[in-house]
Amino acid sequence: MEKKIFNLDKKTEKNFALLNANIILPNKELKNSGLLIENKTIKDFGDHVNAKKLNNFEIIDCKGLTIAPGIVDLRVQIREPGQEHKETIKSASKSAVCGGITSFICLPNTNPVIDRPALINSIKRKAREVALAKIFCTGSITRDLKGKEISELQLMHESGALGFTDAIKAVADTRVMRRALTYAKSFDGLIIQHPEEISLSNEGVVNEGEISTRLGLKGIPSYTEAMMIQRDLWLVRETKSKYHASHISTSSAVQIIRQAKDEGLKVTCDTAPPYFVLNELAIENYRTFAKLSPPLRNESDRLAIIEGLKDGTIDAIVSDHTPQDQDAKRLPFNQAEYGAVGLETLLSLSLSLVKTYDLDICKVISLLTNNPAKIIGLRSGEIKKGAKADIIVFDSEKPWKINPEKFYSKSKNTPFDGMLVEGKNLMTFIDGRLVFDIR
Amino acid sequence: MTEDNRKKKFPHKHLLGIEGLEPPSINYLINLSQQFVDELKLSSNKLSFLKNKTCINLFFENSTRTRTSFELAGKKLGADILNISLGSSSIKKGETLIDTAMTLNAMQPNIIVVRHNDAGAVKLLSEKVNCSVINAGDGPHEHPTQALLDALTILRRKKTISGLKVAICGDILHSRVARSNIHLLNTLGAEVRVIAPATLIPNHIENMGVKIFYNMKMGLKEVDIIIMLRLQLERMSGSYVPSIREYFRFYGLDREKLKFAKSDALILHPGPMNRGVEIDSELADDIDRSAIFEQVQMGVAVRMACLKALLE
Repeated sequence: MEKKIFNLDKKTEKNFALLNANIILPNKELKNSGLLIENKTIKDFGDHVNAKKLNNFEIIDCKGLTIAPGIVDLRVQIREPGQEHKETIKSASKSAVCGGITSFICLPNTNPVIDRPALINSIKRKAREVALAKIFCTGSITRDLKGKEISELQLMHESGALGFTDAIKAVADTRVMRRALTYAKSFDGLIIQHPEEISLSNEGVVNEGEISTRLGLKGIPSYTEAMMIQRDLWLVRETKSKYHASHISTSSAVQIIRQAKDEGLKVTCDTAPPYFVLNELAIENYRTFAKLSPPLRNESDRLAIIEGLKDGTIDAIVSDHTPQDQDAKRLPFNQAEYGAVGLETLLSLSLSLVKTYDLDICKVISLLTNNPAKIIGLRSGEIKKGAKADIIVFDSEKPWKINPEKFYSKSKNTPFDGMLVEGKNLMTFIDGRLVFDIR
Repeated sequence: MTEDNRKKKFPHKHLLGIEGLEPPSINYLINLSQQFVDELKLSSNKLSFLKNKTCINLFFENSTRTRTSFELAGKKLGADILNISLGSSSIKKGETLIDTAMTLNAMQPNIIVVRHNDAGAVKLLSEKVNCSVINAGDGPHEHPTQALLDALTILRRKKTISGLKVAICGDILHSRVARSNIHLLNTLGAEVRVIAPATLIPNHIENMGVKIFYNMKMGLKEVDIIIMLRLQLERMSGSYVPSIREYFRFYGLDREKLKFAKSDALILHPGPMNRGVEIDSELADDIDRSAIFEQVQMGVAVRMACLKALLE
């Protein structure tokens, strides 16, 4: 059964003709068009591509379906090496291509930490063996994620690290952050921050507010996020380095980044579906699957995130895939781990922005593809002649119920269990190879 | 200017830094050094320019090379030399810099050579004594005799400084040698670049008239002179630079990076060298490319010239 869904054979080389589809480039939408995949790349696309003279191609009728570039996911925790009981490179890869993600960038909080070039090479090698999604790495900013001494940033950069981050921790020490930003400027490296003023949020488990008070849980003030971004922006003003704020969740953060962009700073940011689909009410009854970092915020924050996505303040949507096993979540709320898996729900939840909040579908696809690719410096996320054929085909109307038991991820921790969504990925092509197919 | 001062070829009482020295003063010191180089070659006899003069070497910071060089220079000129290495001993006893200065002044020396780990300390001391003062290095501020000896070394190999492309590589942030060299080389018409990771380049240094390069290969393109600076080991483990191997990989001078410079580019290093950190060991020993040991010889002549110029 599984073999039919995933194609793990690296050698299959076929040409495909995908016909009668909607194609999202994503800077525009082409109706009733075809796309040809030949020799791993996109040979041609448009409304002139039809069934004639396609002898060497396997024809797939995509009537009613949408073709888009494969998703580029900037924020995935793969857990391998070190916590293979939660996720492996293989299970994350399957989960990714199922969700329409053709490239993803993993965080360095593995065990051992990715703070030197050797580990990057070993993860890349493993990813090639699995041969599903394309996997890229970020390196840690500080050694062993301790926040004190900077890691071998430039050696990791040379080995293919696309950016640097202390993963789920903020770089708290301002002097260390200043040095990291300054040092990274030497080779135009990207510094990615998990924005949180730790001295204030320390030990907090949920958003501070009425709900935290009523439930008796320690709150994290929402402005801790904006405070850290604000601090970093002073450093970015000085160093002129490239800076990216991850998974922003508050209206104040959106506001500050909007101003920074107006000012002309090299700043980008992303958010994740929980922050525009859910609010803090999801933690009622101490639902640990909704315990996230940053925590789910209040309704006005959620609406501000959507506004930020609309007006371009927020550049990308990421899965923020954080696999946790049952043992890590079935605990009293205070003790449970943070995070949710997200690879397989990213596309559908993002498409809800089109239906519910009237965002243009091209805009939403752009937030998932060419925008994140540009931030991280990958030449993908666009449908162009001659580009590597990293492509997905999805049914934007298909309703389905999120059922974590069916996830390919090893971990099932999602706050969206049982939610009805619309839009499902049906096929994933990577370098022209059909790696996932549930037509 | 009085008749007396006009006669004086070096119209300053102290040598506290290169910044602010006019080209004629710099040229005068370099020419005088040049004469001493020749004289030292001809004979090893002591000269008597500074006979019956007292010269105090006051070092608040450890130094072997510079202190020995000044001592030898003084002795060659016939002066009486007193070496005081305070490390931090009298500071520990609570004596302030000014008290030390006044005490020494009461001994009526003719010249005091001072090294101190705080920028500006030598100038402060010079204001409290009656004799001449030479700055032998004050924190990351200036080290004028090093810049002069570098210039002399360059001149002897390249005949001129004007128009040369000079790259200063390494820990610019903490380096007094870099600052003195930037002033001197710019004054004499060279084109100066600095090459280092951004963490080792102080803000606004471009306003001192240098071009900044973070990429060493690009920075070395077509340069005539490469001045390598020492990077202290404690600055290399995750604070300013992640690790020694990363530093050497991107900023250590090896044959591969050297290819980008002119084929006859000359390598200088103020010493002491960290072989395998900022410079490939084999390169450091290549006498065709490296003038590192020649610099040491020039050092004595330059210091003789400075002592003589101030006491003339």
